[in-house]
Amino acid sequence: MRELVKTENALPFMKYRFVSWIFSAILLVGSIASLSINQLNWGLDFTGGTVIEVGYDRPADLSAVRAVLTERGFGDAVVQNFGTQEDVLIRLEPREGLKAQELGDQILRALQESSDGTIDMRRIEFVGPQVGDELTEQGGLAMLTALICILLYIAVRFEWRLALGAVGALAHDVIITLGLFSVLGLEFDLTVLAALLAVIGYSINDTVVVCDRIRENFRKYRKGTPEEIIDGAITDTLSRTVITSLTTVLVLLALFFLGGQLIHGFATALLFGIFIGTYSSIFIASGLAHALGISREDLMPPEVEKEGEDLEPMP
Amino acid sequence: MLNKFPLWKNLMVVFIVAFAALYALPNLYGEDYAVQVSAGRTVTVNTETLGRVESALQAADIEMKGIALEDEQVLVRLNSDSDQLQARDVILRELGTDYFVALNLAAATPDWLESLGASPMKLGLDLRGGVHFLMEVDMGEAMRKILDQMRDTVRTDLREERIRYSGVNRDGNDVVIELRSAEDYAAAESFLNNQYQGYTLIDDEATQTIRLRMTEDKIRETQDYAISQNVTILRNRVNELGVAEPVVQRQGADRIVVQLPGVQDTARAKEILGATATLEFRFQDTENSVFDAEAGRVPFGSELYPNRNGGNVLLKQDVILTGDHIVNASSSFDENQRPQVNITLDGAGGDKMSLATRDNIGRPMATLFIEFKATGERDEEGKIIFERQEEVINVATIQARLGSAFRITGIGSQQEAQNLALLLRAGALIAPIQIVEERTIGPSLGAENVQMGIQAIVAGFIMVIIFMVIYYRKFGLVANLALCANVVLIVGVMSMIPGATLTLPGMAGIVLTVGMAVDANVLIFERIREEIKAKRSPQQAIHHGYDSALSTIADANITTLIAAIILFAVGTGPVKGFAVTLAIGILTSMFTSIIGTRAVINAIWGGKRIDKLSV
Repeated sequence: MRELVKTENALPFMKYRFVSWIFSAILLVGSIASLSINQLNWGLDFTGGTVIEVGYDRPADLSAVRAVLTERGFGDAVVQNFGTQEDVLIRLEPREGLKAQELGDQILRALQESSDGTIDMRRIEFVGPQVGDELTEQGGLAMLTALICILLYIAVRFEWRLALGAVGALAHDVIITLGLFSVLGLEFDLTVLAALLAVIGYSINDTVVVCDRIRENFRKYRKGTPEEIIDGAITDTLSRTVITSLTTVLVLLALFFLGGQLIHGFATALLFGIFIGTYSSIFIASGLAHALGISREDLMPPEVEKEGEDLEPMP
Repeated sequence: MLNKFPLWKNLMVVFIVAFAALYALPNLYGEDYAVQVSAGRTVTVNTETLGRVESALQAADIEMKGIALEDEQVLVRLNSDSDQLQARDVILRELGTDYFVALNLAAATPDWLESLGASPMKLGLDLRGGVHFLMEVDMGEAMRKILDQMRDTVRTDLREERIRYSGVNRDGNDVVIELRSAEDYAAAESFLNNQYQGYTLIDDEATQTIRLRMTEDKIRETQDYAISQNVTILRNRVNELGVAEPVVQRQGADRIVVQLPGVQDTARAKEILGATATLEFRFQDTENSVFDAEAGRVPFGSELYPNRNGGNVLLKQDVILTGDHIVNASSSFDENQRPQVNITLDGAGGDKMSLATRDNIGRPMATLFIEFKATGERDEEGKIIFERQEEVINVATIQARLGSAFRITGIGSQQEAQNLALLLRAGALIAPIQIVEERTIGPSLGAENVQMGIQAIVAGFIMVIIFMVIYYRKFGLVANLALCANVVLIVGVMSMIPGATLTLPGMAGIVLTVGMAVDANVLIFERIREEIKAKRSPQQAIHHGYDSALSTIADANITTLIAAIILFAVGTGPVKGFAVTLAIGILTSMFTSIIGTRAVINAIWGGKRIDKLSV
């Protein structure tokens, strides 16, 4: 048998939980600091505005493009390459007035008139400022709803301490992933939001597997402190955790390198989220449950009540 | 003990996978370039149309791959995109503007598959190219318009009931009726109480006025009606544009989504979709002076409007006819080569026109052109403020009693006449709209996205398969089999669900599912290894491995499913696409990796005594 994790004895995860907590605390504080100072580089979906992507048949001359745009009164446009030398991305802030929705067509025409080669319209996106505000609100709401629903499900299926631990770990993952996007200044658009929710889905998957083992081991082994039980459970599931993370990372690498520019942010968020999610389901989720004082009694199967026991005798 | 599946369970697994494979099959055949001909309002598409199209194309020497009459549409399949463009022009020339001729990509699904109802997955706009618009409807204006209509109905009703009033006017969201006498007041009160359901009557006996106010339910109903009416009209306009497989859908309280696959000319699309032009026909007020009105003394029952050719025109407030009654409109030239629009009215409209003009021969009638333009400003509630622009485009003396067909002149250019005719044909929007979101994807980017998505899926798939075989040997092979079945199932289910579209994030969802789908098998196989370490027999190890992993897998997947469902509920467009593939992937992967692999493992190792397992 080939084994990634070869051990007969439980690894002492709980012993080092304080190390992981300090590590996580640093990451969290750093993320929140960066989020409040740098904030997020919100994408078009959230800020509103216009984005135009055009493809030239040769490497594009960005300064020429800028000159044409300034001449036409679009001096505030941000012009950059997108993916390749030939692709140009033009981004404009939202403008007041009817013109906003016609901006894309106008710029495209201006570029086509001024260039002697052919220009391929690749995409035009316009998002009104109001739509952007709504999306931000909905996105935040979606995140919260997801966390609460998951909290409830685990509280019902398992136990509230494990549920809090799991959801705490999820919030940890989301904040640190957001922090990464803030520190690196990566664009945060709708697909990244989707990726974050997928990270929640993935991380909870991992955490549930560990929680499930913790419960099982509490019931199976009559002896042992909660620390030993939790250590054992994490060790038992460790090779599964590592293998699943590995296969997921493999496909995400494929997506990152082959999926194209449009889902680069998506792949980045997920790749990072998988690492942080795997780490948190090992150290943070069970650590939190332990800190909340989880014990054997909490996880014993509930005694089956006799039917009609609580009912008043019939008069 | 031995691990054996009953025959029905094995058959079920085989049947489900085969069924999904069958419905996934059409995706392998690709698409043909096609031109689609559908009927306009006044004509039908039948075998005769088919014959005309076919002979026209043969005469033009354009090679057809196939031509067929389906769902009252003629679908011509062609070999290349240049043939497609040529064919469209030929067909347009042959059939004229009575028919809608649209470019399309038709699935090249073989007949036998099509007869089973199998069709390929729908591709989202980010994969096939096209325009997506999100439009916001101005509800305030819709209500205003409806209340104006309501005011006119109250006037007519009271007149018919012979109840005398001194005024019926709109005041905010109310219609205020002022009566002349106490008897009229009492009569009006009882009449309105009986006839006007859904309104609250606020009456004031002292001043003999009655206020009609809509109830909350009625307001909601009215707004729903306004939106659905706008959706219908937008759909008509999209048809006029000649777009195949458009989507026009309501979204939320006051938004409408329009998706036009394959459309590149967004400028024209926007001009046509967003236009709120309509016409009203009214009598000119010749008894009063325009100068007085311009000085601010507008006579009661009349309104002052600017004339397109300069100056102002005084018109009666009562509307003879609105644009709603127009069933057909076309542009042409009059005797003097000036552009004109020929209008055909429906029965009710024809009657109204005929009645109104019968006794008014010799009186001037004006055509009022009404358009709403977004000002770009917003009110306190964040709603866009629209400006109502009205101008008189012509005033003509009624020469004879008009019927259901007549023409209007005084239009600036031929292009304007064409656009006006198109808008009148399609109907006027009940409320003005503004585009609040636009996403246009060019065809080259769409094709590139498909190609990159497939590459990523294939690469990710191969890496996972290699890893599983190395790590779990023969059991890994079984898991890989399940993985293949899983992708077939996802594609099959996506093809079967009519509303599901594949988007670029959706493809990412499939990639992610491939990575995560092996998770269930990893859980099971790790358990089996543990059982073997605990010195159980191979058969018992398999049995307990599956059993004890089951609840873990279920819990883990249900929580992921919760995230996917929330994503679906909140997300729009591409994100929704991701949620759909993720959710479908979770469900299918549970089936393939729990039941599917068990069936295979039972069939290979379950029925005999073995000493060792290759896991």
